[in-house]
Amino acid sequence: MFDLKLHYGNSYLENSMFFCIFINNEWHTSIKGKKFPTINPATGVKICDVEEADKADVDEAVRAARAAGQRGSEWRQMDASSRGRLLHRLADLLERERAVLATLESMDTGKPFLHAFFVDLDGSIKTLRYYAGWTDKIHGKTMPVDENFVCFTKHEPVGVCGAIIPWNFPLLMFMWKIAPALACGNTVVIKPAEQTPLTALHTGALIKEAGFPPGVVNIVPGFGPTAGAAIGSHMNIDKVAFTGSTEVGQLIKAAAAKSNLKRVTLELGGKNPCIVFADSDLQSAVEETQKGAFFNQGQACTAASRVYVEEAVYDEFLRLSVERAKNIAIGDPLEPRTSHGPQINQHQFDKILELVASGKKEGATLECGGCAVEDRGLFIHPTIFSDVKDHMRIAKEEIFGPVQCIMKFKTQEEVIDRANGTQYGLTAAVFTRDIHRAMSVSAALEAGTVWVNCYNALHAQAPFGGYKMSGNGRELGEYALAEYTEVKAITLKLSERLTL
Amino acid sequence: MGVRGVSALEAVQQGVIYGCVSLLGSVALTYESLSHTSGVFHFKTHHFFTSNSGQSRIFINNEWHDSVSGKVFSTYNPATGEKICDVQEADKADVDKAVQAARSAFSLDSVWRKMDASERGKLLFKLADLVERDRAYLATLESLDTGKPFLSSFFVDLQGTIKTFRYFAGWADKIHGSTIPTDGEYFTLTRHEPIGVCGQIVPWNFPLVMTAWKLGPALSCGNTVVLKPAEQTPLTCLYIGALIREAGFPPGVVNILPGYGPTAGAAIASHMGIDKVAFTGSTEVGKLIQEAAGKSNLKRVTLELGGKSPNIIFADADFELAVEQAHQGVFFNNGQCCTAGSRIFVEEPIYDEFVRRSVERARRRTVGNPFDPTAEQGPQVSVEQQRRVLELIQSGITEGAKLECGGKAPLSKGFFVEPTVFSDVQDHMRIAKEEIFGPVQQIMKFKTIEEVIERANNTEYGLAAAVFTTDLNKAMTVSAALQAGTVWINCYNALSCQCPFGGFKMSGNGRELGEIGLKEYTEVKTITMKMSGKKS
Repeated sequence: MFDLKLHYGNSYLENSMFFCIFINNEWHTSIKGKKFPTINPATGVKICDVEEADKADVDEAVRAARAAGQRGSEWRQMDASSRGRLLHRLADLLERERAVLATLESMDTGKPFLHAFFVDLDGSIKTLRYYAGWTDKIHGKTMPVDENFVCFTKHEPVGVCGAIIPWNFPLLMFMWKIAPALACGNTVVIKPAEQTPLTALHTGALIKEAGFPPGVVNIVPGFGPTAGAAIGSHMNIDKVAFTGSTEVGQLIKAAAAKSNLKRVTLELGGKNPCIVFADSDLQSAVEETQKGAFFNQGQACTAASRVYVEEAVYDEFLRLSVERAKNIAIGDPLEPRTSHGPQINQHQFDKILELVASGKKEGATLECGGCAVEDRGLFIHPTIFSDVKDHMRIAKEEIFGPVQCIMKFKTQEEVIDRANGTQYGLTAAVFTRDIHRAMSVSAALEAGTVWVNCYNALHAQAPFGGYKMSGNGRELGEYALAEYTEVKAITLKLSERLTL
Repeated sequence: MGVRGVSALEAVQQGVIYGCVSLLGSVALTYESLSHTSGVFHFKTHHFFTSNSGQSRIFINNEWHDSVSGKVFSTYNPATGEKICDVQEADKADVDKAVQAARSAFSLDSVWRKMDASERGKLLFKLADLVERDRAYLATLESLDTGKPFLSSFFVDLQGTIKTFRYFAGWADKIHGSTIPTDGEYFTLTRHEPIGVCGQIVPWNFPLVMTAWKLGPALSCGNTVVLKPAEQTPLTCLYIGALIREAGFPPGVVNILPGYGPTAGAAIASHMGIDKVAFTGSTEVGKLIQEAAGKSNLKRVTLELGGKSPNIIFADADFELAVEQAHQGVFFNNGQCCTAGSRIFVEEPIYDEFVRRSVERARRRTVGNPFDPTAEQGPQVSVEQQRRVLELIQSGITEGAKLECGGKAPLSKGFFVEPTVFSDVQDHMRIAKEEIFGPVQQIMKFKTIEEVIERANNTEYGLAAAVFTTDLNKAMTVSAALQAGTVWINCYNALSCQCPFGGFKMSGNGRELGEIGLKEYTEVKTITMKMSGKKS
């Protein structure tokens, strides 16, 4: 049985509040009295049972969020700079709890502890600090309207924001959602994924400790078809932000339309192309594309799952990639040398191996991996396919596993067409030393993010989101503020025209 | 909690800074201890402020230096006229040293230039936290050195300082350039880069707040700084040096040089190694600064200068509010504000009543020891300022304005001036035209909107203005017509670090605070790239 010592000396498992529904800065059991287990994917052992939120609990949470966000409430009356102070305090608390949160994240998701500590926690803290700085810089404008009018805009919060987040980066996605929402003065009802609710719930305690008024953030652990659907179609939620599969994203948008036309932002799947030209730094391209493909066990919407390599360097690129993939350290996520952990659950595990089988059947060459690690539950060997053709399922479907597909190309025109020949458009990368090629290819790619000579270079300051069916809207950067504000134009009629 | 660990301990051991130590407790306790122990602040005898300990020395490269010339100058407590301590006096040679440090801190491969923008933000946040930790101490020091009431120091100056640092901390990684759809086969992007070494010269009326207004945006944008506090009030600014170092700013990023305008100040303005100078002070000196910048290296210049700010009260205004705001607007900080609302234009029907109520309010204004919590007003900063204010009051009497109350120096010790109100003031009188920088309120009469707008604008200054009315049309019409960088409607001195501040006409050049304040500390670089082939 695992346990953790918290900074104030208690044991994690004895603090049963961390397994409850968080509403109004208080811990609640589920109205239906149901619970669900969360499991450590590295061992298959249950970590604990968590109170399961359903529609009735979402209703409670929405009521709390509405009250917290109503005109005249403490939250709505607060100085914008004070909202910033609260977000900073939350960042400070995350920093204090960094090791505990990274451990929990690693146990609940199976991701290597060091990744959780340096990538997930770092990103979470930085996201909070970045949006803390925005709170009192969300400017409206004044417009020189015609005739004797004065017009100015105010960027007001949208209201109650529902958020539904995935299991691959539970804490980071939590912050990507709540940080801009709170910076703009909204209140939040957020549902963590049922596979990975623990770091979100722990953060609930920190939100309360930071001093956010009750009801500003409410956390409802539960399942998509119940709690998630309740958020998507709730008449009293003004906006929903979802990160997950394209399939569910379509359901969310349909539910929003059928209910109250709530605003929707979606961050969905990807089948992201990496284009490696012969003039690139080949060693670096091999490393970056492979990290892009295998990072987080391939469970990333940004996964570099289609690597297009120019004919002249294709064989060499393939050789180096395979050599590198064979050296990846698979093992216990809490072990510091480990860089590759298990998949999240049996369902994902089966789906990945089924797609690997389809690749073999459709004629791609399996260069390495392609199977489970013996006697290790949900671990899958890093897998590389060569001679992959664009029509194969592994070249078209999001695998969400450690599978790198390497294709060959001859001309720039050809590879741009092929790279764009997908319903997705989340990210893309180009590797070249030629400045013209870098600029023209990055301009031609249909993707919300293009990396040049790098991969997964995400920053809180830069916008992120998808073209086409990879999503709607943008998160992060100044752009995300637009997704969490309503613009109000206030026009005054004056008795006479103002002097300029 | 409390003042910097070692210093606090030393202070307790020496049994000298009682006030500061008790300030670590509740504020209420503080006043009691302070008012019962007047004369306790013999800082000069304490080595915390002597030349071998730090905070009264020149701050260069995160280290404390004696002046090259070996000279020192004294800083005084204006409430008693007694010397607080001697301070090392920076002159040209010290400025040269500081510029060298700032230049090297700004060199291309320096820690500061290579630092993530978000990390610069974190350092500024840390600085704000440290100022907050030492808030009571700094407020005490500020009151001691300037004579402003402790409550004002604590709640206004310290609050403004902390908020300004936090505000600009947040900007550090949000200073966006743009990408531009240029014609032809080109791609253009802009970078907003730091200017380089920024010289900053701050006044004695708000030593800490002005330091924050200068350092906040300069550091947020990635510049390095050579800053000269006023010779009357160098102490809190030097203390900030210690906090800069503690926060972890790399050496040379901030350098602080206590000294005089004609020597250290002039050396900054005409220095060939300084890329930008920001000055807050008198219009007279502002002109010298701009001229020196022109003659030397065309360094960029921002100036926040004097004001003779009009405050227009219409008959339909909330009368109580207008009387009180007009009173605070001119008397705040002992009248020593560039924003002082020193020309009150009152609409004819309410003029007599307004004068009567204003005089009544001014008479109730309590003048006294800045550490007495009931004191609304302390002394002027120096004997020179006290003399200047009294001389202008005399001119008002001579030119025929009606002295309603005050007009004298009330106490034998310290540089105090009574709250003074003049009625029947005419626009041509010196007290209606010159910046008095003292607790003197001029009340004039007006009949029409057109007339009052013209009279309000009829000045070389254009810093601030206010209008009191409940009529939306009047409020908007007058605020649009006034030639001033800031117009307050039904309020006064409502400054906030989120809003730009600066002057029209001879009240200054450029703006401080707000997003626009960043513009004064960045150079925009346009990078245009030739694109081969068709653009998409």
